[in-house]
Amino acid sequence: MDLNKKAKIGIVNYGSGNIFSISNIYKKGNIDFFISSEPKELVKASHLILPGVGAFDETMKTLNDSGLKVFLDEMVLGEKKPILGICVGMQLLAENSEEGNLQGFGWIKGKVRKFDESVFKQKPYLPHLGWNTVNIKQEHTILNQVDPEEGFYFLHSYYFDCQNTQDILSTTDYGISFASAVHHENVYGMQFHPEKSHQNGINIFYNFSQV
Amino acid sequence: MLTKRIIPCLDIKDGRTVKGTNFVDLRDAGDPVELGALYAQEGADELVFLDITATVDDRKTLVNLVREVARHVNIPFTVGGGISSIQDVSALLNAGADKVSINSSAVRNPKLIDELALQFGSQCIIVAIDTRWVDGKDWVHTHGGRKITEIQTIPWAKEVENRGAGEILLTSMDADGTKAGFANVLTSTISSNSSIPIIASGGAGSMEHFYEVFTEGKADAGLAASIFHFKEIAILDLKNYLASKGIPMRI
Repeated sequence: MDLNKKAKIGIVNYGSGNIFSISNIYKKGNIDFFISSEPKELVKASHLILPGVGAFDETMKTLNDSGLKVFLDEMVLGEKKPILGICVGMQLLAENSEEGNLQGFGWIKGKVRKFDESVFKQKPYLPHLGWNTVNIKQEHTILNQVDPEEGFYFLHSYYFDCQNTQDILSTTDYGISFASAVHHENVYGMQFHPEKSHQNGINIFYNFSQV
Repeated sequence: MLTKRIIPCLDIKDGRTVKGTNFVDLRDAGDPVELGALYAQEGADELVFLDITATVDDRKTLVNLVREVARHVNIPFTVGGGISSIQDVSALLNAGADKVSINSSAVRNPKLIDELALQFGSQCIIVAIDTRWVDGKDWVHTHGGRKITEIQTIPWAKEVENRGAGEILLTSMDADGTKAGFANVLTSTISSNSSIPIIASGGAGSMEHFYEVFTEGKADAGLAASIFHFKEIAILDLKNYLASKGIPMRI
C-alpha cells in the first residue's frame, strides 16, 4: 500500500476499547502513533481515533468529565482534524442514543437506535455478532482495497440511524439495512471492529492515515 | 449476510498447543501464537485458546501468551481454562482477549455468570458445557469431561443463557475425538431453545460434518482442533465447500 501522507495517529485512551489491537496494526505498518488520555498530548496528533466498547452514557460521561469532549469538539470542528470512531465510538458521533440520555458529539446528524428484534426471522438475535458483508454506497479513500464480500467483524445491539444518506459510506443487512460506515467532512465512523477484521480492517487503519 | 463461523481451537499446556483424543493422550502440535496467526491468515473466523493445565503458576504464562496473540492476530479470540473470578477475567480481557470461556467454575457457582455478565457485558462471556450421554440422558461434566455432575445439559443451557451468557460452547464428550460427526441432535435442541449463538464442538472429522452441524444441528459456529492442526482439512477448502452448499461463509 502506498502511504504518502505522513500521519501521526493519536489513539484516545479513555478506558475503552481494543486499544492494543489498534496500536499493533500501526506498529506493524510503520505508521507513527501514540496512545493518550491527555489533551496536551493528543493535540500533537494529525489524526484521532476514538475506540469504544461499553454503553453510550457511560462512555460519554467519561469523555465529559475528563474534559475530552470539549477538547475533541475543538480538534474536530475547529481544527478539522480527521477522527475515526469505532463501534460505540461511532455511535458517539451521533446526536443522541436510545441507549442513554446524554447528548453525543452530534458531528454527524442522526440518532442511535436499538435493533427491533421482532423483525428477525431466525436466531441468533442480539447482539449482532460475527462476520457480515458490507454494501459500499460511495467510493472513498478510507475504503480502498476493502473487499465488501469478505466483510467485517461486528458486535453491537444498537445502530446509527443516519439522517443524511450522503453521509453513509456503507450499509450492512441485519434484519434491516443499517449504516455500517459513515463519513461527514473530517469525521469517520465504523460500526464494525476493523481491529478484529483481519486484512480488511488493517486496510481501513492504513487508509485512515491517508485521509 | 451474517456468516456461520469456523473456529479452530488450540488447547494450551505449558505455553504449547496440544490436542488429545477424548482429552487424554496429548500430542504436541506447535506454537500457539504462530498457529493462531496462520489460522487467521487461512480464513479462521475466530480462535479459541483453552488452557488445559491452568495452575496458579501457569496463569501468568497464559496472560503473557494472550498479550502475544493479541499482538499478532487481528481476529477475535476467546480464552478459557481455569477461569473462576472477576480478577481472572479482567486480567485476560486487559491483555487483549475478546472473550473468555468459563466451565467448571460456572457449574460450581452459577452466580459467577451473572457477575461476569454484569461487570464485562454478556458479549464477552462464553459458557462452555461439556456433556455426555449417561443412562439415557445428557449430563453436564466438568474437569475436562472427567467428572459427571447432577445437572442435566438442556436445562443448564437455558439457565446459563438466563444468567447472562453471551454464547454457549457445547462440547459433546461422546463425539469428541471420534471424528464421526458433531452431536447434531443435542446441538439442535439447545440451539432451538435459546436466543444466543451456539458453538458446536466435538466430533468433526470431515467437511460434511460441518455442513450437517450448520443445517441439522442449527449451530452458529463450528469448532474443531486436530483436523486443523494436522492439516487433514484446510480452512479455506472447508469454507469453499460450505459456501458451495449454500452455507453463508466469509471467504
